[in-house]
Amino acid sequence: MPHRKVGFGLRSIGSTVVNGVWRLGFASRFFLMTLISSGASFRRFHLTIREIYFSGVMSLIIILVSGLFVGMVLGLQGYETLQKYGSESALGSLVALSLVRELGPVLAALLFASRAGSAITAEIGLMKATEQIAAMEMMAVDPISRVVAPRFWAGVISMPLLAAMFSAVGVFGGYLVGVVLIGVDEGSFWSQMQAAVDFRQDIVNGVIKSVTFGIAVTAIALFEGYDAPPTAEGVSHATTRTVVTSALAVLGLDFILTVFMFRGV
Amino acid sequence: MPAENLVEISDLNFTYGKRLILKGINMKIPRGKLVAIMGLSGCGKTTTLRLIGGALKPTTGSVKVAGKEVGGLDKEELYKMRRKMGMLFQFGALFTDLSVYENVAFQMREHTDLPETVIRDLVMMKLHAVGLRGAHKLMPSELSGGMARRVALARAIALDPMLMMYDEPFAGLDPISLSVIGNLIRHLNDALGATSIIVTHDIQESLKIVDYVYFMADGVVVAEGSADDIKASKLPFVHQFVWGEIDGPVSFHYPSPPYRKDLLLEAQSSYAA
Repeated sequence: MPHRKVGFGLRSIGSTVVNGVWRLGFASRFFLMTLISSGASFRRFHLTIREIYFSGVMSLIIILVSGLFVGMVLGLQGYETLQKYGSESALGSLVALSLVRELGPVLAALLFASRAGSAITAEIGLMKATEQIAAMEMMAVDPISRVVAPRFWAGVISMPLLAAMFSAVGVFGGYLVGVVLIGVDEGSFWSQMQAAVDFRQDIVNGVIKSVTFGIAVTAIALFEGYDAPPTAEGVSHATTRTVVTSALAVLGLDFILTVFMFRGV
Repeated sequence: MPAENLVEISDLNFTYGKRLILKGINMKIPRGKLVAIMGLSGCGKTTTLRLIGGALKPTTGSVKVAGKEVGGLDKEELYKMRRKMGMLFQFGALFTDLSVYENVAFQMREHTDLPETVIRDLVMMKLHAVGLRGAHKLMPSELSGGMARRVALARAIALDPMLMMYDEPFAGLDPISLSVIGNLIRHLNDALGATSIIVTHDIQESLKIVDYVYFMADGVVVAEGSADDIKASKLPFVHQFVWGEIDGPVSFHYPSPPYRKDLLLEAQSSYAA
């Protein structure tokens, strides 16, 4: 009996690994096809604009409100710590660097995955389940080019803009709490921030991060939707997988990018 | 069937995984005719339709449309051929984010450079043909099942296809919508000079409109002929199907072990408990 259990366990592991590799290969091919079929997304840019509205503009509320609260909490927590060392004037640089380098891109990407990523997966999964994708193929219209690629580029374009807005509103939240509520000197708040934040080192790296997260989250959401079994349960599982996989991918990529970008700092 | 054939299927086999779905199918669909493929669920009707449309490739055998081997076409050639095909899906498959007007205009926008005024006229003509010109501003969620099927029909004929394929066009329709769709299928086939293949279970409605019928069971063609031939058929399977009889070669029960054995097992297990 123990032999049987070991055999079953090994078979199960083997099957999981084989399926995982198979899926990864399929996902890579899907990603490549999306890039190859991207011409129409730029030639007929109104298709991409429409998706920017659904993915980006419709995510603005959650991004702005979250950014404001994160900035306000940073202001409060930062002040509590800095005042112990008599460095309250550094509050501006602490809030700005935390947001621009890390919290802006990462939290905006996590929120984008929850709001827009899950919606993209559900929409494409349901299009598949209701034979809209098959109908498009029968009409000689490539669904990768018409449905997938515009959504992909919309996600890639929206993500850095959302991250920038998250950081900007977050800085404003830090200002509200630090300067308006607690009374940190306004001049030192802004001047310290201006002196500490480097355009190349902080802003550009933050943008690179958010573009990378945008590619990862949107590609995962699109693939999960396209690969979803055409049933209610299949679409539901795919939507869950999008949020979980995207969150893990964002956090993992953030660590890798941070190692390369800031290890010398 | 003497006329020139638009679709020719010869010795077609198709396997899905290890399961043999189609076993040596032969069919000829002449130009201008309306041909039905009938049979029970899971007998391979829709698979045959997908093979004709190039969504699946034959395992062995041949599927030719207008003289071209569909399975041998590359993506570009296949898409070129599909521009001359129209397909009506079981529940319409309308694009839910587009209005009725935009659904019908979809192929025109994708495949032609026609000016907007011409597209508008064409869309209105197609919608008029299915009796829904007045519904052009509605969204698919605002349509009944029958209306959605008619819009899908207008969309399918948008570019005047040479071959129309209908996958269960009568499923889930009320009797009036059913007759409307049936008449439209016949009328549009004749008006467009197209050739149509209709996959259906609905024996009564389809026998009123079709020119020829192929009957399938377990992946093979078991009978063929005109509507009158089919109605008069003495073949037990066809007779049972046409007249909806409970007893016949198609069993009511899913294959299962002897009833008594199952009951005894149940009795023993409850006794032991």
